[in-house]
Amino acid sequence: MRILDLKPETLDRVEAVIPKYPVKRSAILPVLHYLQADLGYISRDTMEWVAEKLELEPINVYEIVTFYPFFREQPTARRIVRVCRTLPCALSGAYKICQKLQTELGCTLEEPSEDGEVAVEFAECLAGCGTGPVVMVDDEFYENVDESKAEAIAAKIKGDKVANSTETSS
Amino acid sequence: MPPTEQRIILKFADQPGYANDIECYLRHGGYEMLHKAFDMEPGDICHEVELSRLRGRGGAGFPAGMKWKFLDRKSGKPIYLICNADESEPGTFKDRQIIHKDPHQLIESMMIAAYATGTKLAFVYIREEFPEGALILEKAIEEARAANFVGPKILGSDYSCEIIVHRGAGAYICGEETGLIESLEGKRPYPRIKPPYFPAVLGLYQCPTIVNNVETLCNIKHIIEIGGEAYSHIGTPAATGTRIWCVSGHVRKPGYYEFAGGAITLGELIYDVCEGMRPGRKLKAVIPGGSSAKVLRADERFHGHLKDHTSFDWGLKDIPLDYDSFMAVGSMSGSGGVIVLDDSVDMVEALANLNAFYAHESCGQCTPCREGSLWMKKITSRMCSGEARSEDADLLVSISKQIEGRTICAFGEACSWPTQSFVAKFKDEFVAKASEAQSQATGSENGDRLI
Repeated sequence: MRILDLKPETLDRVEAVIPKYPVKRSAILPVLHYLQADLGYISRDTMEWVAEKLELEPINVYEIVTFYPFFREQPTARRIVRVCRTLPCALSGAYKICQKLQTELGCTLEEPSEDGEVAVEFAECLAGCGTGPVVMVDDEFYENVDESKAEAIAAKIKGDKVANSTETSS
Repeated sequence: MPPTEQRIILKFADQPGYANDIECYLRHGGYEMLHKAFDMEPGDICHEVELSRLRGRGGAGFPAGMKWKFLDRKSGKPIYLICNADESEPGTFKDRQIIHKDPHQLIESMMIAAYATGTKLAFVYIREEFPEGALILEKAIEEARAANFVGPKILGSDYSCEIIVHRGAGAYICGEETGLIESLEGKRPYPRIKPPYFPAVLGLYQCPTIVNNVETLCNIKHIIEIGGEAYSHIGTPAATGTRIWCVSGHVRKPGYYEFAGGAITLGELIYDVCEGMRPGRKLKAVIPGGSSAKVLRADERFHGHLKDHTSFDWGLKDIPLDYDSFMAVGSMSGSGGVIVLDDSVDMVEALANLNAFYAHESCGQCTPCREGSLWMKKITSRMCSGEARSEDADLLVSISKQIEGRTICAFGEACSWPTQSFVAKFKDEFVAKASEAQSQATGSENGDRLI
């Protein structure tokens, strides 16, 4: 068995979720979720590890990772800001808000911020159409995001980074 | 006075002090209907659901009782129940409210449905973009298990059933029930062809499977409470019970509003419930049932006959909020997502926005949809960047006609209908883009950028 550098709790979650399903292969999405949450992305090694774990061919894992937009094959920024761009949010000014967030956070839709801390992406409908524009920062959901709220979101992300680096250095 | 909502599904959701934990749910009569259902024969519960004439709230409006009746019970294979919580149709945000604010209503209804159908293992397939919703559901299921409402030997009976919360990974196609099943099997969510793959016969692991939408399932406990017959008297005969209408876009008060089937008109919803347009703006168009539904013009008149042969002559505002009325005017009530566009909107940009969505979400299994959705996106995007051509409008329609009816699942229709209806009803704007392109003037002057 291949070895991945996983947190023990990640391994526990993987082991616990597989037997819940009548067929091992069904656990592929939860297993990939846990691994991406731990490792930040799904590498070829990770895919092979999952294949062994679920008794599949590596191609069966690869075709999943490449299909679903949520899974990443490359490392990315630590924080991901997702701005819904689909029609109801666009009607409420999502494109303007997305531009504002990029400016505030020093990144573009193509390139994360220079320090690799944060990336801004467009997302397709986040099912918050009545309170658009809506934005997700990692798992956190923000509604009715106007320019001042976008500034506050950006300030909070930057503040979190400072807090993190102080923790690490102390 | 705006029409008063009739809240059944969202009865408690926004009440001050109402929490999503089991204690609160039990204080409000929670799980009493599970007790009641367990005193009934499973077949009688299915009969009540049939009597209720409950129709699916996810998009197609298929009668839930009939879906259950199609279950192949003779095969001897296990039966599965799946709650479709992959809410992804642009304009729709009702399931989020239910899951976040009243998860036990869904779990109680699911357990009644599981007992009625003989399910031993049920799933909630929830979209990745609802991480908090997934945690809320998992916690609620744990609470319900601790109270013996879920898990082994429920309420001391011999009946056992587990629920697994299964998270998607960002693909709209997983909302299509056979795509969802493939996804749950751990494969790419390529929809299956019907026949033979009707889930009620050949569903999850080729076993009989029921897939119902969150809102559809929540109705089950209320049907048990008042009986199918009484439930069928709420609303109209072809639109029984209530429906949650999600209104987004250019109204003063967007939001989710629950009304009995056919109780109000589209005009009342937009102008009375949602308080109409923003100051100085006029209504231009409405997409009535999620972004796939064909767009309706504010100044259109609709004539024809309903299913019961009565004739109608409606303006946009007169359309009653029910399944058949929207069908009669050439659109659909779909997922209940009403997207309102005012006169600041450039319709070519609005279509370009939707086409970008569909091109992104086509699963790629069927060539007409994979290629066609991308071409429609490219053409409309090009039109919005000052390079429209006079032949574009006809080209768009021609592409869309080559997708519709030529794909395994209804995504083909879903991505063609916006293009067909936008071009048919706002052709002047598509034509004008080409002449603007020659004069170098592009984009909407006063609206928000949409692409």
